[in-house]
Amino acid sequence: MRLHSLTPRLPFFLLAGVLFLIGIVLILHRHWVYEVPLFYGETQTIWSVEAKIEFQAQDEPVNVTMSRPSNQKGFTVLKEAAASPGYGLNFIDGTQPQAQWTIRSANGKQVLFYRAEVLVSDSEDDQVIPAPRIPFVSLPQPFDDAANTVLANAFATSSDNFSFTRELLKQFQTPNPQQPIALLQQQYSDQMPQLIVDMLHKAQVPASLIYGLQLQDSRRRQNLIPLLRVWNENDHEIFYFPTSPNDHYKIKKQAPLLLWQQTGAPILDISGGQQSDIHFSMIKREESTFANIAQNLSSQYDFLNFSIHSLPIEEQAMFQTILLIPIGALIVCLLRILIGIRTSGTFMPVLIALAFIQTSLLTGLVGFLLVVTTGLFIRSYLSHLNLLLVARITAVIISVIAIISVFSVLAFKLGLTEGLKITFFPMIILSWTIERMSILWEEEGGREVMVQGGGSLLTAVLVYWAMNDPWVRHLTFNFIGIQFVVLSLVLLIGSYTGYRLLELTRFKVFK
Amino acid sequence: MWVAPWRLKQQGILGMNQRNIAYIAKHNPRHLYPLVDNKLKTKLLAQEAGITTPNLITTIENQHDVSLLAQRLQACAGFAVKPAKGSGGKGILILTRHSDDEFIKANGKIISLLDLQRHVSNILSGLYSLGGTPDIAIIEELIEFDTHFSGYSFEGIPDIRVIVFKGFPVMAMMRLATRASDGKANLHQGAVGVGLDIATGKPLHAVQNGESVMRHPDTGQALKQLQVNHWTELLTLAANCYEVTGLGYLGADMVLDLNQGPMLLELNARPGLSIQIANGTGLLTRLKPIERLSPKELHYPAHKRVQLAQSWFASDILRDQ
Repeated sequence: MRLHSLTPRLPFFLLAGVLFLIGIVLILHRHWVYEVPLFYGETQTIWSVEAKIEFQAQDEPVNVTMSRPSNQKGFTVLKEAAASPGYGLNFIDGTQPQAQWTIRSANGKQVLFYRAEVLVSDSEDDQVIPAPRIPFVSLPQPFDDAANTVLANAFATSSDNFSFTRELLKQFQTPNPQQPIALLQQQYSDQMPQLIVDMLHKAQVPASLIYGLQLQDSRRRQNLIPLLRVWNENDHEIFYFPTSPNDHYKIKKQAPLLLWQQTGAPILDISGGQQSDIHFSMIKREESTFANIAQNLSSQYDFLNFSIHSLPIEEQAMFQTILLIPIGALIVCLLRILIGIRTSGTFMPVLIALAFIQTSLLTGLVGFLLVVTTGLFIRSYLSHLNLLLVARITAVIISVIAIISVFSVLAFKLGLTEGLKITFFPMIILSWTIERMSILWEEEGGREVMVQGGGSLLTAVLVYWAMNDPWVRHLTFNFIGIQFVVLSLVLLIGSYTGYRLLELTRFKVFK
Repeated sequence: MWVAPWRLKQQGILGMNQRNIAYIAKHNPRHLYPLVDNKLKTKLLAQEAGITTPNLITTIENQHDVSLLAQRLQACAGFAVKPAKGSGGKGILILTRHSDDEFIKANGKIISLLDLQRHVSNILSGLYSLGGTPDIAIIEELIEFDTHFSGYSFEGIPDIRVIVFKGFPVMAMMRLATRASDGKANLHQGAVGVGLDIATGKPLHAVQNGESVMRHPDTGQALKQLQVNHWTELLTLAANCYEVTGLGYLGADMVLDLNQGPMLLELNARPGLSIQIANGTGLLTRLKPIERLSPKELHYPAHKRVQLAQSWFASDILRDQ
């Protein structure tokens, strides 16, 4: 009897076992052969940064010059590469490191890639960068007088070039600036960085406008941030420009800053092209030192090293998220099959958790509750209108978008920039959630809505914690074998016929 | 608050995972589901097999026919409107005639012909159906309330859920609507479940929201005195549903009509597990012996299967009395 019920299951357990073994072997292979550490942390951090240049060529010789990052305090550039079909490529070193692409003739949309692998290390010293020559600066009236007033104020309250710069920037940062500042801000609002450099030059302070990139994991389409470098005799220091609400960049003080261009030269200079645009993608990787060296030695990725790392950075950043989804789904399986938590929509919590990753947990939770609660109110009105299903859900989708817009504007007006992140929520999913919860409310009552809504949120939070864990991220991204292990676990969970944890209280009368 | 898993196992309690894998997935082929998910199909199949169901007055299959409602219902004093693909009692309207174009709902509210037409139109557009697919409205004659049950239900008619495994009725319970369940007979919404002895149809044990109850919470009627007539006939009808649908693990929802006796209301391919609580017995203790039966025994006719089930599953409590 027992054997009879076991035999048909044998191939199944074999399959699960084989999948599990394949996973483990792949993980160990990557660990031993490619020296990818199994443990997060005992490693060096490498940032792969990719610049993507796009422009319209006009059927004439094209010359593209782009500034390149060089070794600097905190970072060592390990390896550089560029992809540019048909173009001649030249890396110019020296005080102004640049990459130069040239072609005799090109037409239509052109895309050029530059990629640098940058190692986070403390081995580099502060470089000696000579102060630039100070050009003669004169602003048109009445701005010249205004600038002189501002400079005199800053001069009076400072002792050296650094404190002078701080005092100057401080005046531009006050919420209610004095009249000369307001005048300058109005005229030069979109060229603030250049204006401040010019003003420093006016006061005979050596300064230059440089650009840096804030390194944040898995970011795409990022822009460079203008920065100010000021000299005081042989010392130099970097200052952030004050940001205004209209800026397209935002400074995150905790993100490491890679200086892309250090000398005041232009970032991108294109002849023979129009509508040029440059943006950056980046991704963080933890690797052992040996692996870096090995990778540096052979710039070719061999076929057996079948890893996500051979894709362009932009796609890698995407895969980093995609590879986390199985972990989220595994947790949903565990919670539903082993615990017995009820959720509204099987994998809706995973999508909500993905949104939480973008928004941060607290903002995400508050935003989710706000949108769903408001949505339920609107939906309860819609149910009086007796609409057909598809039209009703469309109406809910439009309402959700309206709610999100209203909350974004409201949050922004109230100065809560965190509120803007609400737009990361998947709106169609939210609409279905609202629709399902509303039907549930009508049919089963508010209690069931609380049970399922609470279950969904609890699951989403747990999934968020797992997917945001640096260990989990490290393992899923660096070891494709993990996916096989997860698959085998899911198969085993799927054949579990024992009691769910919550059934132990459901059937409490059988004590 | 909690009970140890080995205690549950010892008492043969069937859990959700085991139900899904070892009973539903194993004994209910997916392609047979439409037979039970569509009440009209179930009804027609049942009629062919000689199983009584509430008489069909008419069906409304497209929006155009909604305007013919008044004409088709002219002669009826009372009727029930149901979505063919609805589940869990969604969209069911029980009406008695008040005047030419007004009807009274079970809770005493009066609705107009226009309201009724809109309700039917909603059914057709899939408001109550699984997955929102377009649906058909079924209009049936009302069931004549068996006076035996008058004190046992708040609105709604009590129905009897019988679990039929490979054609053997293994467990049964009566579901009584309460004020808390809003006239619906779903246990998780607060209806009272009364476990019934397979041998005699006598009440064994009653629960509401997982707690034992002795009396109906709204009417105060003592549940011990519940008496179900035509019990063996009812079980035989339920057992017949196995041949009709081919589903090995099945929940048959039956009612007792004053004049026509036991009737089939609807079938369920994924019957819930609360019936175990109402009976105070685990389903596995009854499913396992049936899985061990020889092919010959499994092919007994329905009345023989019911006879066997009644002798196997007779409650010890009642026998001792």
